[in-house]
Amino acid sequence: MTTTHGHGPFIAAIDQGTTSSRCIVFDRDGRIVSVDQKEHEQIFPKPGWVEHDAKEIWTNVQQVVAGAVEKAGITSADVKAIGITNQRETTLLWDKNTGEPVHNAIVWQDTRTDALCKELGRNVGQDRFRRETGLPLASYFSGPKVRWLLDNVEGLRERAERGEILFGTMDSWVIWNLTGGVNGGVHVTDVTNASRTMLMNLRSLAWDERILSSMDIPAAVLPEIRSSAEVYGTAKGGALEGVPVASALGDQQAALFGQTCYDKGEAKSTYGTGTFMLMNTGDEPVQSYNGLLTTVGYRIGDQKPVYALEGSIAVTGSLVQWMRDQMGLINSAAEIETLASSVEDNGGAYFVPAFSGLFAPYWRSDARGVIAGLTRYVTKAHIARAVLEATAWQTREITDAMTKDSGVELTALKVDGGMTSNNLLMQTLSDFLDAPVVRPMVAETTCLGAAYAAGLAVGFWPDTDALRANWRRAAEWTPRMDSDTRDREYKNWLKAVERTMGWIDDES
Amino acid sequence: MARTIQSLERAAAMLRLLAGGERRLGLSDVASALGLAKGTAHGILRTLQQEGFVEQDPASGRYQLGAELLRLGNSYLDVHELRARALVWADDLARSSGESVYLGVLHQQGVLIIHHVFRPDDSRQVLEVGAMQPLHSTALGKVLCAYDPVAHSELADSAREAFTDRTVTGLADLEGVLDLTRARGWASDVEETWAGLASIAAPIHDRRRMPVGAVGITGAVERVCEEGELRAQLVASVRDCARAVSRDLGAGRF
Repeated sequence: MTTTHGHGPFIAAIDQGTTSSRCIVFDRDGRIVSVDQKEHEQIFPKPGWVEHDAKEIWTNVQQVVAGAVEKAGITSADVKAIGITNQRETTLLWDKNTGEPVHNAIVWQDTRTDALCKELGRNVGQDRFRRETGLPLASYFSGPKVRWLLDNVEGLRERAERGEILFGTMDSWVIWNLTGGVNGGVHVTDVTNASRTMLMNLRSLAWDERILSSMDIPAAVLPEIRSSAEVYGTAKGGALEGVPVASALGDQQAALFGQTCYDKGEAKSTYGTGTFMLMNTGDEPVQSYNGLLTTVGYRIGDQKPVYALEGSIAVTGSLVQWMRDQMGLINSAAEIETLASSVEDNGGAYFVPAFSGLFAPYWRSDARGVIAGLTRYVTKAHIARAVLEATAWQTREITDAMTKDSGVELTALKVDGGMTSNNLLMQTLSDFLDAPVVRPMVAETTCLGAAYAAGLAVGFWPDTDALRANWRRAAEWTPRMDSDTRDREYKNWLKAVERTMGWIDDES
Repeated sequence: MARTIQSLERAAAMLRLLAGGERRLGLSDVASALGLAKGTAHGILRTLQQEGFVEQDPASGRYQLGAELLRLGNSYLDVHELRARALVWADDLARSSGESVYLGVLHQQGVLIIHHVFRPDDSRQVLEVGAMQPLHSTALGKVLCAYDPVAHSELADSAREAFTDRTVTGLADLEGVLDLTRARGWASDVEETWAGLASIAAPIHDRRRMPVGAVGITGAVERVCEEGELRAQLVASVRDCARAVSRDLGAGRF
């Protein structure tokens, strides 16, 4: 894509993701002007361990920024701000004086802190820090990963206590390097990323001293917590020399922002390998009693923070991939729709893909996947339909949990991600939720959210109303299912879910 | 350079022509599409039929791919794959043109809408995925007939209803429209199907240069046309989009 798009000025967004780093240049209408992307190595030192080379990531970020600027045919003078979005929770410690990481980054998927998390739960269990942080003690979050590094890298704890070591999630690492690194780089993180460390108090938005001492983490390593949209510093060197670095948001929060979910009760769901749904709950954090996470949605400058409830589904797009790669029932992911559309209904079959247990809202690690309701009548097409319905029912379970926790009924669901090209899935989703499902015109909502926040910080856009005006509906699916059918099908789904539980004996 | 065998090349071209969902072609369609004499085309088709690669429908005498070939694993482009590949480009076309975007493929004697992007103006619109449009009067239909010989032969058999007083229904006149479409690489429909609406469409090709569908915009005639002509900027946007999707389809399998 080239110059048929609007003229400058522009905003550049950097998405430091789990598998790749990308840079996208946006114009004032929120349209994509250019994209550059580079994958990085996934390092698996042991089963369950996942690491990234942070030096490689920083090199890639510099390359994709230069690449996107070049493809757009612009210079740093045309770019008003840089926004950052990133894979959440991935944890890095580096030397303040040399800029060298002391260890590979430990990626959010890494499970090495499982035992540590159990230990940290002591007699209380996984909810020991939930009231303060909104999170259960699980291996995803950064705090226990920091503790593991301090315990396992020789001499690190002493260096950390002497103030020689900096901790950060990937936003901090990218911003510190962008703003000069060892030559005056700023050591900051934003409230959304900090809310995934398990070290920040959700109400005060400050590091929680009691948790720090429980986890035995010295405060000297921590970055300063800032809002999601303000100028942290300016880029030193590189393709965007002198441009303000003006936003940071975790990837799912960036998608919430890019989907312009600025009002209480607005929600977005991103359908990829897994699915992440976030609902704006306004300026008060809502405690979940139904297995959801409480997190910061975003904070613009010195305005009040906006909180969100989050529910994730482990297996959605990956179930379609499983049908393709392990079962061989389809040749491409898109063919699931062709196969599923060849029948009118599921033929009585229900597929609960609890491949590694049930997640929100059940949290049952003793569950395993089940295909229920099989008869001689059922064909592979019915199974394909059950596969798509599984994603829709799991979304329904999360929205039900959100409604219970927040007391807010979902008015419409904004969707993005690869699976939104599946028309049958989107219609089924609308049928099962009994609510409209809306797809926006820009698929890259994550980068767009980071660009929007950065643009707000430098006055490129005046306010969130202007961003809403940019939002365009590309498609909308409305419910067509009668309520009797929906209720009956939901009951059957719940019966199938029950049958997954207790499969693994003696979980320990 | 190794020598190539002309009759095998022609046989391969025929199989490509016949490759598709419910495609059936008469002898003359095959011959004219490939620029062969009927006798030559018939000889090759008969050979392919003996090998099981082609079958002849006893009632209509038309040819279609044989079961043997399907068993070899030849698969046509899945329409949902086409939609997935086109999604980003269709969104961009809607943004740049300000009009609604449709993606269509041949289905029986009409155009099946497999993807629809709303006009970006916040007005209430209804998703038209799954709807059918006529072949002879719409921009999408004309593109399919101009580039896909199967669509072309369906056109001759279809009931060509006059929707407005501008609808072209005569076969000879339509041939002229299709020649023009091939010559300039795009088709239009100015109030030939719906009063007050105009459309522009261009062909999407797969990696073997086979026509697999058409993409186009539809909007109020006042916006799409200027002084009686289709706006050149919109034509360029539609053709850019069709080329981008075609390039994407040529980039290898998912």
